[in-house]
Amino acid sequence: MSESSIDPRLVVREQGLTGYLGEFQRRVKGGELGALPVIIGLIVIWAVFQSLNSQFLSSQNLSNLSVDIVPTGLISVGIVFVLLLGEIDLSAGAVSGACAAVLAVLNVNLGMNPVLAMVCAVVVGAVLGLIHGFFFAKIGVPSFVVTLAGFLAWTGFQLWVLGPNGTINLPNDGFIAGLTSTYFAYVIAAYGLAAVAVAGFLVVSLVGNNRRRAAGVPSRTTGDIVFRTVVLAVVAFGAAYILNLYKGLPLALLIFLLVVVGTDFVLRRTRYGRMIFAVGGNIEAARRAGISVALIRISVFVISGSFAALGGIFAASRISSASQATGQSNVLLMAIAAAVIGGTSLFGGRGTTYSALLGMLVIQSIASGMALQGVSNAIQFMVTGAVLLAAVVIDSVSRRSQKAAGRA
Amino acid sequence: MAPVLALEGISKRFGAVQALTDVDLEVNAGEVVALVGDNGAGKSTMIKVIAGVGPPDAGRITWEGRQVTIHSPSDAQGLGIATVYQDLALCDNLDVVGNLFLGNELTTGGVLDEVAMEKRSRNLLHTLSIKIPSVRIPVASLSGGQRQTVAISRSLLGEPKIVLLDEPTAALGVEQTAQVLDLVERLRAQDHGVIFISHNMVDVMAVADRVAVLRLGRNNGVFDAKATSREEIISAITGATDNAVTRRQRRLGE
Repeated sequence: MSESSIDPRLVVREQGLTGYLGEFQRRVKGGELGALPVIIGLIVIWAVFQSLNSQFLSSQNLSNLSVDIVPTGLISVGIVFVLLLGEIDLSAGAVSGACAAVLAVLNVNLGMNPVLAMVCAVVVGAVLGLIHGFFFAKIGVPSFVVTLAGFLAWTGFQLWVLGPNGTINLPNDGFIAGLTSTYFAYVIAAYGLAAVAVAGFLVVSLVGNNRRRAAGVPSRTTGDIVFRTVVLAVVAFGAAYILNLYKGLPLALLIFLLVVVGTDFVLRRTRYGRMIFAVGGNIEAARRAGISVALIRISVFVISGSFAALGGIFAASRISSASQATGQSNVLLMAIAAAVIGGTSLFGGRGTTYSALLGMLVIQSIASGMALQGVSNAIQFMVTGAVLLAAVVIDSVSRRSQKAAGRA
Repeated sequence: MAPVLALEGISKRFGAVQALTDVDLEVNAGEVVALVGDNGAGKSTMIKVIAGVGPPDAGRITWEGRQVTIHSPSDAQGLGIATVYQDLALCDNLDVVGNLFLGNELTTGGVLDEVAMEKRSRNLLHTLSIKIPSVRIPVASLSGGQRQTVAISRSLLGEPKIVLLDEPTAALGVEQTAQVLDLVERLRAQDHGVIFISHNMVDVMAVADRVAVLRLGRNNGVFDAKATSREEIISAITGATDNAVTRRQRRLGE
């Protein structure tokens, strides 16, 4: 196999800009859209709302937006794991509410150390997820039904934990409230994070590429890597600049970004992540490869429960209280919608945790833009519903063209 | 030299059905043994016995001259028996490299070593002269023959001595069947023992060195593929050589 001679059938793009465009065309035709639709959608949404109200793209609004996406976004990260298996978790909202209630009772009513209370809340979420996973993987109850039962049961659990008052206020200047109200005001924080991210990306890309070149397997051109790094740098430093115009880098956003990058690493770069994709792709193949399908399924529901708990903690932090409304209403649906809008397939085996971030940006932008316009909740729901439908239509259509192009 | 794998007197019963009775089979290194038979002849049961999915009720299995027991698929893999099932069980959403190494991923410091896996995949596919557009495209986009070759290559990563192929050409077109038969010959050239289960006599005669015929759960002859006509083997499969008349003659002759 000589590396110099190029098999005409090889799916390797040509060098240079024309190669880039050709590759892009091929991907669009083949239905491999990736994050493209959601990024275009986001740009359109921002342009529309900015033209309606010049406050929309103000640093204050965008900064608030970046914190508002965190609670539901964290739940959505867990949902992505479940969707990768081709399953669904309907209980995530109820679990987040129940864990927020546990957190508030432990911290406020029983005076427990806030960090310890948070750990307890996440453990409760993990245990609830373990229960779902056990009934799904070991007993064979469909995940839809198990988590629907969980949704009802944990909502009741939440009301019971909260007691007759129904609302427990967290101290406004406490540690838990600080999770979403802390900003790193020094400009160096946001710029530093952007610089670290860009430099990290560049170093990882270059080192990986050198290894590939040394091993004689296809590698990217240096121009390609530089281009990607520049795009990332523009986005990262642009975001840092805007955040610094207001209060600086929000702690909640930093945590959320770390979670997204970390979970993406686990999914794409570890054996465990590969197993999740395998189970989501073909259960029989996974089983024959020696993967314990039941163990993977249970662990994924534990992860989903834990992230739901984390989301509940941030939701409680954001409004400084845990109430009967925490995690109820449309939180679950928004978390699922965010994952799907961001490009994670409902059919299993395809997706990334970045879709939780991108999808939540879309949903929260719509909510924020409509709130600025004074549009009623009724319209907001309808528009978000339409966006979700559009996202699923794109998913379905791109799957169809992937099949037509022999890539699904 | 003792055969790599030898099965003697294998019997297996499922409830009221005697699936295998006293069946023998031998496979040497660098040899393709075709296992043929009509529906219900016991081919699938034999595969299960060898692959460790369904251990036999009675009989001896020897591996390179020493007696062994195969109670589970991992026993079989531990000995060096790789099985490629008819339904290939590939993950459509993973690329070729991901499928080849599924369950045996190479890691450095807990992180998947994609470069090493990709390099080894390319080398493996190269030594088998397998042509696949790219090892980084999802398996979904490959043709049936290419998928079959990926599944077979996957079984070779553990460097097995025996490769068990269950109906590898059943769902393939002419050109793709030729690809798979080429691959079987390359396996033989690399000194693997191959057990080739097939319904298709043309394919069997094309690559097999010996043809073992099963009929109604019993051995019905082992033929040298080069010295035997297709008709003789078919008559052994269908029982034209083994019916009431011939059995009576044999009895009278004894």
